[in-house]
Amino acid sequence: MSKKTPLYETHVKLGGKIVEFGGWLLPVQYPTGIPAEHMAVRTKCGLFDVSHMGEIVLTGPDSLGVLNHMMTNDFTDMKIGQARYSPMCNEAGGTVDDLIVYKRGGNDYFIVVNAANKDKDYRWMCNHKFGDVELVDASDEYAQLALQGPLAEDILSKVVSGESDIPTANYSAEFDREIQGIPCIISRTGYTGEDGFEIYCPADSAVAMWDLLMEAGKDEGLIPCGLGARDTLRLEAAMPLYGHEMNDSISPKEAGLGIFVKMDKPDFIGKAAIAYRGVPTVKRAGLKVIGRGIIREEQEIYKEGASVSDEPVGVTTSGTFCPYFRESLAMARLPRDLAEPGTKLEVNVRGRMVPVEVVKLPFYRRAK
Amino acid sequence: MNTPENLKYSKTHEWVKDMGDGKFEIGLTDYAQSELSDLVFVNLPEIGDDVTADEVCADVESVKAASDVYSPVTGKVAEVNEELIDAPQSINSDPYSAWLFRAEDVTDTEELMDAAAYNELVAKEKQ
Repeated sequence: MSKKTPLYETHVKLGGKIVEFGGWLLPVQYPTGIPAEHMAVRTKCGLFDVSHMGEIVLTGPDSLGVLNHMMTNDFTDMKIGQARYSPMCNEAGGTVDDLIVYKRGGNDYFIVVNAANKDKDYRWMCNHKFGDVELVDASDEYAQLALQGPLAEDILSKVVSGESDIPTANYSAEFDREIQGIPCIISRTGYTGEDGFEIYCPADSAVAMWDLLMEAGKDEGLIPCGLGARDTLRLEAAMPLYGHEMNDSISPKEAGLGIFVKMDKPDFIGKAAIAYRGVPTVKRAGLKVIGRGIIREEQEIYKEGASVSDEPVGVTTSGTFCPYFRESLAMARLPRDLAEPGTKLEVNVRGRMVPVEVVKLPFYRRAK
Repeated sequence: MNTPENLKYSKTHEWVKDMGDGKFEIGLTDYAQSELSDLVFVNLPEIGDDVTADEVCADVESVKAASDVYSPVTGKVAEVNEELIDAPQSINSDPYSAWLFRAEDVTDTEELMDAAAYNELVAKEKQ
């Protein structure tokens, strides 16, 4: 049975087209449509219900040791209020999940994981913890709203009690805050390539939080956005998605996430395997269609001039039509020597060879 | 939903217009375009292609997904609407003007519905 977020009825009322995603019923789009929702986030602001994401709380004197052992990133120098992205690997160097760790207090970490992986992650963490720590799956307690776009700060500043409630640095958060009486965590993070915030609040206050943000943003052009735009936005910004760019067998290094794998820190799960695997032979690369067509995930890539009877050289992991560039873009797994920008390749799109060119990632980077 | 009385409809949501000169014009219905949402790409057949009733003859893509278009008739492609290549969104804005192709030498059509029968089919699908 698919689960409903606390905002399910709100989405239905707004005319959201409901689909199943990661075990949850969520709107893929509203009547405005994916291109308009995508452009709202690039130019103004969009509001997403991301309450399906999982929240796991890690506390206790050995929390830091457990984090550094389970995650590939290093949390040693992290300050209270900071957020840090990390893959979490299995012993073979494959990726269990990618997640964000917030340091909420001395021995108090708030970990946000992918919805579809939440139960797997929680089991994995419980099975690999050690020492004096406690792990709590707090996912049902929290709703999460993502307010994303260049006007996000203007809109948020209308509803907070003071400027000090708004985290200033990217990847930082303010805990134990209130927005018009609703307790919340305000984090300067997102999955769109724009400035913006992710706001965690009690599940039973989600509708009130949604309504007050929509009201605050109505003159700024804030519109509700669905999973469809979330996917096109993250792809344009070349952000990886678990189950596409990485999975239980793909290592974070192969997924282009090497900077989040700290090989110089003491032992962590997967370190030996990642070291043994050495420099990955495949790379995450960006593709742009130069012929006619739209490339999607799981399509085979061939050398220029090849026919379908030849061996494919790689595979796409995500692909769509990107509304900002009005182009078909994709991410792919390619051998290193074919992952150089400018390389011409072809993708088998349902039996038709579509010419593509390797381009530098990210496709989109916002002006600072 | 708009369902013009002067057209015939297929169960796979294409419309057919008998042009009276032996040619049949084919496009996607209003219901089809609204279900597909913002179209960003069309892959049309080529002039001279043989098309067969109830078989795939073209495809259209939204941001999210690709969808096949089935030919409601058996015949030969006489003309294609090349304007759609640069403006696939006109299928969304004006589905009954945005024809995909015109067929000639039509030897067979699938069992096409009139507007009333098609509206009934859509009502059932919406349930």
